[in-house]
Amino acid sequence: MSEAPAGRQNGPNDGAEQLFELPAELAIDTDIARRVIVDFIRNQLRQAGFARGLLGLSGGIDSALVAYLTAEAVGPENLLCVLMPYRTSSPASVEDARVVVERLGCASDLVDISPMVDGYFGRDGEPGATGAAKEEASPLRRGNLMARERMCVLYDRSVTWSGLVVGTGNKTESLIGYTTLFGDSACAFNPIGDLYKSQVRQVAAAIGVPEQIIRKAPSADLWPGQTDEAEAGFTYPELDRLLFWMIDKRRTDEELLAMGFPGTTVERVKRLVAISEFKRQVPPVAKLGPRTTGVDYLYPRRRPGSARR
Amino acid sequence: MKPLRIALVQSAPRLGLLDENLARHRDLLGLARAAGAGLVVFPELGLTGYQLQDLAAEVAMREDDPRLLSLAAETHGISAVVSFVEEAVDHRLFISAALLEDGEVRFIHRKLFLPTYGLFDERRFFAAGDRLRTVDSRLGVKLGIAICEDFWHLSVPETLALDGAQLLINVSSSPGRDLAAIHEVGLGTAVSWRTLMRTYAQLTTSFVVFCNRVGMDETISFWGGSEVIGPSGEAVFTAPLFDEGLYTVDIELGDVRRERIGLPLLRDERPELHLRELRRILAERTGLEIDEASDPLEGRVAGPIGMNAARRGEKRP
Repeated sequence: MSEAPAGRQNGPNDGAEQLFELPAELAIDTDIARRVIVDFIRNQLRQAGFARGLLGLSGGIDSALVAYLTAEAVGPENLLCVLMPYRTSSPASVEDARVVVERLGCASDLVDISPMVDGYFGRDGEPGATGAAKEEASPLRRGNLMARERMCVLYDRSVTWSGLVVGTGNKTESLIGYTTLFGDSACAFNPIGDLYKSQVRQVAAAIGVPEQIIRKAPSADLWPGQTDEAEAGFTYPELDRLLFWMIDKRRTDEELLAMGFPGTTVERVKRLVAISEFKRQVPPVAKLGPRTTGVDYLYPRRRPGSARR
Repeated sequence: MKPLRIALVQSAPRLGLLDENLARHRDLLGLARAAGAGLVVFPELGLTGYQLQDLAAEVAMREDDPRLLSLAAETHGISAVVSFVEEAVDHRLFISAALLEDGEVRFIHRKLFLPTYGLFDERRFFAAGDRLRTVDSRLGVKLGIAICEDFWHLSVPETLALDGAQLLINVSSSPGRDLAAIHEVGLGTAVSWRTLMRTYAQLTTSFVVFCNRVGMDETISFWGGSEVIGPSGEAVFTAPLFDEGLYTVDIELGDVRRERIGLPLLRDERPELHLRELRRILAERTGLEIDEASDPLEGRVAGPIGMNAARRGEKRP
């Protein structure tokens, strides 16, 4: 039991070329993961009184995997994938998203968010809703707005589609806060929020997400050529391993250093986790009354009678 | 001896829907009876669901609740272990398991150990039971009934076996977690439980029946994998992970005798030694003197008195 069964860890390395790097300690039983997640999606929808789900399909691995899992849970006919490129988004992203839609046979919708974003910030010297800007808005502001416009589109489409918005954020980005609050992190429920990026890749490979999607460098695609790893300064396998030992296995700084993690990386990741705590929790409420939601009024989210229909 | 057919109900209760779960229990009890079962075991909080939080008070039943009695009324000629939120006369809430037999509520076990760590928050909502007793059953043997976390404490199966149980029953709502490829069954929780069940069965030379639920409450999934382990520590039956179902398994209660004759571990248990050392440990923990006069066993055991006194004498300045 202490050793990995032969072959399991080698899964992603099958064939001539390695599909992705998988740290041994992050290897999971993908059959069980798939089973639990598919049940989770079914239950979340059913308990809320919905039969359908929708999600923003970016062409990246996270949303592709969630699309596959949701299609497996409720059938492709009950899934709507919304493609929401901005004018600078990589055309390859939309292409990859289209491949997923085609393979799954689910409904899709293309919403160009450029007019919404440009309408706010302005474009080519034309002022937007913010008025005449002295300087171009920072990539951070633009990226956040794009993520939140996409959220607006999804929640609007959730009404016309009569479905719930399915989350597509993974554990790695959630822990380091590489998300936009009320943007890409907004959802009714998140099936892959407890899977590290390395584990997302593993399940994606097992469920048959197209190889080019698994293979390509993860990117928020907020500006041309952006990649997560270049922006963060470390690779996902490194980061996933560190987070796993730091958080799941409760190793101290000294122990992490002894394991060979660089001190600067440990410091930096610890800080990222700490300063993003607010993104992972519901906003706090000042305690005043006898019973306060989230404090001493504690009901299951899906209690009897909570379903819409 | 005629084999005993046990029906393990690996069900997915609906959270907070007592009436719906009661109806399902009735149906499954009928199915188990039709399948020739003498004992049918339902999982922990099978009548209410697990992740109740503040719903606990809303689904609680007294031991004489008509709904519980009506379920009991359907147990003529069959034994059933069912689990629910029990409200005591003084309005404490317990996680309880009842043995229903021959039309009545024969016995109630209140969960002794309430996990309140990690993903668990039971002590916030429930009171812990104070009694650990076996119960005589129409099956001809004493049963030892425990609930989930009770079996993460060695004293529970040990005490039940010393009290005469030959069939230990654990009803659970064990959340699956610690997903990894390195585990035999891909799920850390399942590996731990399997190790415990086999160990208890072997050490108490008793049958161990483990009934764990499936389905999901909120974010947590329950992994099933219900089992029956024989008194030699070998699995007689293992239900699949995550699949809902009613599984029947036949056991020979005579295996207990065979095992205990061949491997007389229970005969050789030393409860008086255990008790003496426990008294000492408790006294040391609380900083109190050991009160020998209050120990009714001290006078009956030759040898250890002197040794005990001498050892204690040495330690005292």
